[in-house]
Amino acid sequence: MKGFTNVNPKNLTQAVTLLSQAQESGKKAAIAGGGSDLLGMIKDDLVSPDLLVNLKSVGGLDKIESNTSGLKIGGSVTLATLSQHPLIRSKYKALAEAADSVATPQIRNTATLAGNLCQRPWCWYFRAGFPCFKAGGRKCYSVMGENQLHAIFGGGPSFIVHPSDTAPALVALDASFHVIGPAGERVASAAEFFILPSKNAATENILQPNEILAEIHIPAPPQQTKSTYAKIMDRATWTHAVISAAVSLEMSNGVCKRASIVLGGVAPIPWPLPKVGQMLAGQKLTAQLAAQAGEVAVSGAHPLAKNGYKIPLTKALVRRTLLSLAA
Amino acid sequence: MKPISRRLFIEETGLGILSTTVLPSVTGSPVEAQVNSPAVSAPRTKITIKVNDVSHHLEVEDRWTLAETLRDHLELTGTKIGCDRGECGACTVLLNEKPIYSCSYLSVWADGQSIQTVEGLAHGDHLDPLQQAFIEHDGPQCGYCTSGQLMSARALLNHNPSPTAKEVRRALSGNICRCSNYNRYVESILAAAKRGQKHA
Ligand SMILES: Cc1cc2nc3c(=O)[nH]c(=O)nc-3n(C[C@H](O)[C@H](O)[C@H](O)COP(=O)(O)OP(=O)(O)OC[C@H]3O[C@@H](n4cnc5c(N)ncnc54)[C@H](O)[C@@H]3O)c2cc1C
Ligand code: FES
Ligand code: FES
Repeated sequence: MKGFTNVNPKNLTQAVTLLSQAQESGKKAAIAGGGSDLLGMIKDDLVSPDLLVNLKSVGGLDKIESNTSGLKIGGSVTLATLSQHPLIRSKYKALAEAADSVATPQIRNTATLAGNLCQRPWCWYFRAGFPCFKAGGRKCYSVMGENQLHAIFGGGPSFIVHPSDTAPALVALDASFHVIGPAGERVASAAEFFILPSKNAATENILQPNEILAEIHIPAPPQQTKSTYAKIMDRATWTHAVISAAVSLEMSNGVCKRASIVLGGVAPIPWPLPKVGQMLAGQKLTAQLAAQAGEVAVSGAHPLAKNGYKIPLTKALVRRTLLSLAA
Repeated sequence: MKPISRRLFIEETGLGILSTTVLPSVTGSPVEAQVNSPAVSAPRTKITIKVNDVSHHLEVEDRWTLAETLRDHLELTGTKIGCDRGECGACTVLLNEKPIYSCSYLSVWADGQSIQTVEGLAHGDHLDPLQQAFIEHDGPQCGYCTSGQLMSARALLNHNPSPTAKEVRRALSGNICRCSNYNRYVESILAAAKRGQKHA
């Protein structure tokens, strides 16, 4: 691995200062959460930081706080902690299940929530060092190449899929992301945090190089809300989603009052399905309605040459996940 | 004040670093400075880690993974490196009792922490019940993945002394066995759990 200096800031102000100073002096800095993505990127020469700003040393960033209005989760909370947290497992189940579906026990023990949300794409061209949009280049090699795992929604000019399992869950749960930078704090909804390649193809979110994703807030779900995360993989474990669905349903006497469905693995951002939400609102969730929801889910999809299978897969996943919650 | 070596001077001006707070304390000969190889100029940090209950004061390069430090500098070669990318599990060790991939964690991040490796399982001639069961049930084939499997299994039994087969499979889902001896590993761990946690 290339040589670099690891620094252990004690608080977020120090961390932001270190990032800004590095930038001003023409050095490359990288934020390290658990390092499960970052260290592999450094080993593969995809990034070559001079400075690693280790967030594990920032006090208080690994806390989960809850009150009646909701949940505050520090960016350094590990995926293992999230998936085992009793309150998250009961009230914010989609998040617990999403965290629990990531990779392996070993990775979940070190990987952080912020790192999971800010991980770089796992497109094989990008990871193999092709000079694609995600590496600052001017081409997406998947368009004419191997695009089995690429986007069917929202693609262009890059066709990556957003790799995070927790991201669709947090969009479905109406989370907001608290970002700290040199000018202080700014807040974006989970849906605004992720950006399409048509807006900026070199990155996946709104963060500037000297900004840190510090906290995730989730409003307390109304009574009678159920949520879940369903993930389809090409093997039983240890891999990203081929496609996934995060669903949150507010029910009242068997009738769906409000539904939020967000897909993973189909687009460069977590992909919300507002039309499906609208068609379910005020309805009784029957098998027939769930099947119709699956059809509506894929309207507007544009598969590439080798990922057309994601269309029937998405239909089936939406139908099945809705029914699993209705049961 | 720290004396400024020629090498430090070259590093500073070469990289345009102005702040000394982030500079590592390096010492070196002018000959090394002229070579300017990254292996020579890599920043170092002093750390203390406890490995198998023994404290070690070390100066590590910031870029060394925990696996490298354990194997190459503490001569604890029981921990294996397969993929070096978090994709195989051969490097599994316990960090504060939790299994992690030591290939994907920096040694500097383990400063002040406690680590258990496969070398810490046996006490003299007394094998850990898991090691004994691995022998009796022919767990290891080539053996390359075995220390990683043992550490994941140890972490499981430490907090769940009588797991189901399903729980064992899940706990070991981050350890690949290229010889594909998964069933024997599960069998061994269930047998060890049955026999009890304590060393004989
Ligand atoms: C074999 C393997 C399998 C995997 N499988 C999955 C999977 O199934 N699902 C999944 O979702 N992911 C998967 N991952 C990807 C990923 O490594 C993990 O999900 C993990 O959550 C990343 O968290 P981390 O804390 O280790 O991130 P790091 O490696 O520390 O950081 C990841 C990126 O985010 C940036 N970053 C970290 N923290 C912040 C912050 N607070 N603010 C701004 N930027 C930040 C870093 O600079 C870096 O670019 C897998 C990785 C591997 C190696
Ligand atoms: S060597 Fe660490 S997971 Fe393979
Ligand atoms: S025993 Fe050979 S890899 Fe597992």
